[in-house]
Amino acid sequence: MDFQPFPLILLFPLLGVLANALLGRRLSLRASGGLASLMVFFSFLAAGHGFLTLRDLEPAPGQAPRLVITLWEWIASGDLRVDFSLLLDPLSSAMALIVTGVGFLIHVYSIGYMAHDRDYPRFFAYLNLFMLAMLLLVLGDNFLVLFVGWEGVGLCSYLLIGFWYDRMFTATMSTAQAGQKAFGVNRIGDFGFLIALFLIFTHFHSLRFDTVFAAALHHPASAAVMTAIGLLLLVGAAGKSAQIPLFVWLPDAMAGPTPVSALIHAATMVTAGVYMVARSHVLYALAPVALAAVAWIGALTALLAATIATQQNDIKKVLAYSTVSQLGTMFLGLGSAAFGAGIFHVLTHAFFKALLFLGAGSVIHALHEEQDIRKMGGLRRQLPITFATFLVATLAIAGFPGLSGFFSKDEILAAAFQAQPLLWGMGVLTAGLTSYYMFRLLFLTFFGASRLAPEKAAHLHESPRVMTLPLVALALLSIAGGWLGLPPVLGSHWLGGFLGPVFADLHHLEGGAHGGHLGHATEWMLMGVSTLVALGGFAVAWLRFLKPAALGDLFATPASAWQRLLADKYRIDELYDALVVRPLGRLAGFLWRWIDELLIDGLVNFSGLAVRVGGEVLRLLQTGYVQTYAFFMVLGVIVLLLRLLA
Amino acid sequence: MNLDHALIVSFLLFGTGIAGVLLRRNAIVVFMSIELMLNAVNLALVTFSRLRGDLDAQVLCFFVMAVAAAEAAIGLGLVIALFRRHASIDLDRATLLRS
Repeated sequence: MDFQPFPLILLFPLLGVLANALLGRRLSLRASGGLASLMVFFSFLAAGHGFLTLRDLEPAPGQAPRLVITLWEWIASGDLRVDFSLLLDPLSSAMALIVTGVGFLIHVYSIGYMAHDRDYPRFFAYLNLFMLAMLLLVLGDNFLVLFVGWEGVGLCSYLLIGFWYDRMFTATMSTAQAGQKAFGVNRIGDFGFLIALFLIFTHFHSLRFDTVFAAALHHPASAAVMTAIGLLLLVGAAGKSAQIPLFVWLPDAMAGPTPVSALIHAATMVTAGVYMVARSHVLYALAPVALAAVAWIGALTALLAATIATQQNDIKKVLAYSTVSQLGTMFLGLGSAAFGAGIFHVLTHAFFKALLFLGAGSVIHALHEEQDIRKMGGLRRQLPITFATFLVATLAIAGFPGLSGFFSKDEILAAAFQAQPLLWGMGVLTAGLTSYYMFRLLFLTFFGASRLAPEKAAHLHESPRVMTLPLVALALLSIAGGWLGLPPVLGSHWLGGFLGPVFADLHHLEGGAHGGHLGHATEWMLMGVSTLVALGGFAVAWLRFLKPAALGDLFATPASAWQRLLADKYRIDELYDALVVRPLGRLAGFLWRWIDELLIDGLVNFSGLAVRVGGEVLRLLQTGYVQTYAFFMVLGVIVLLLRLLA
Repeated sequence: MNLDHALIVSFLLFGTGIAGVLLRRNAIVVFMSIELMLNAVNLALVTFSRLRGDLDAQVLCFFVMAVAAAEAAIGLGLVIALFRRHASIDLDRATLLRS
């Protein structure tokens, strides 16, 4: 095969990591951040080149175009043969473009955001490492390379969430502990993922995607095994993509610097689970129970997180729960067998969620680390660019017609409507809540009277251009991104056409994909419902936060028990603490005191003690007196003589 | 009297000598015990000489006496040196070669 430049996508971030890690101390902030951003930009160009190459390939009919490069033979042990090989197909190509494109804008923004931090080389080295790990995850041609990237993003999230390791995140939790929490929760998911990989290898004797999927299609394992594989993969995906019950780490991932939140929430880590499920769509199509579990977990997560988001007062916490909720929507799409729609939502969500986080970062930057929206208000005049872009992102995520979020979310909801109307209902309810809490955030932050502390109000300033330009770029993408996938009634679904061949093998399966298209009338009806719901959320937020007089004292009552429960996030963290953390702590304490200190240390110390006591006893024989030795000699001679004579 | 009796006396002498070397602390007594052992050996040699009817063993006996005389001279010198150092000839107290 000729030379293929697409592995360069991985090379550039690697160079960035090395440069910043080895030489970073000697670089200025602009050089360090500029270099890191440039490397990601080069990576983006390489991804673009790979995309163009892929588009020009002419695959066999019914097959997706694909490029595979084996860099080296990695593991060859018995049956297990794994190459370190990379795969570029429409799915990985689209993901690589999202990761590098949005990642690049976040890198540029970080140069401005980290301007006051002395530790910028470490920051940019981690950031580039994050890109490297995520791209490895996306481009791997087998489950094991994917797993390397999978663990890599886990590591990087730990490093970056705990980046300000000497600060407190909340009153009771340090940023380092938040990083540990993310790491720990992700290990649970990875455990499930690993077992799934073992099962896959046991039954299909390979870890290569194409081999495994071909084997699964032609000689599927028993239904129980397929379901187990699907569910275990879901456990892994739930860990990375923050689904029930493993979502608790994501809100605490806010402990890191805001660009990190944007990176984790928009372009990299959390999309890994969605990508992995979409990549394993063949396995899920063969395990309808697992597929339904994906949909239900997604819908429940979406609804649960959206309700929590309505009562949060930290600007980043609202967005964090919003991410959990949006990821749930993506899983709802995947679980409704609309894998392309799930990836489409990953794409649009990457645009507007990155924009939201960077906008929130811009607000926090302007207010010198103030994050409580109760202490903001009226910022739209002082921060015009931030406000305008934030408004665009809010409209997009709330699903206003014409913006990107509207198209991708509607596609998912349409698929859910076909699969199971109850799921569709939950999705629509989530959409309404999303609209409500996003406008609540927008109104409390940018409208109304200023509730700023005076000393913060005095220093208020719009962010530098290095931060606002990425905002503008993301705002344009948030507006236009949805046009890549217009619903059938409005035009052509370009992204669906591009990704379609990857998921085409499903059409061979009975009931694998939901065939048949919705009637136009139904499509219009569904779109109408979404629009109404989005407007409804907007209206409630508007009445409640901007025109409280219109409703009298309907909302003026003190927080109900229900609201307090939501503000406390259903006390799920406390539940985890009681059910998991503390019992595990006690188990660890038992192992430490009784097994480790008493048993193992006891054994080790006993062997030392035995030798010492033996030595003390033998020492009695070593008198140093010649007469004693001679005595024993004679004794020995006598014994020998007696033996000879006997 | 036959030769067996002479050998038994030789054994008893040698045993006495060993006991003296092993048990006594006085350097001179230890020394004398060594002489006793040598004499026991000499007696055995003479006895075996008679038994075999040749004189080879008796010649050996003279060698032993000569060596014992030389050894006694050196040994007594050592004992005197020991006494000068420690004002005692108790062997257990002579635990160090340097003082």
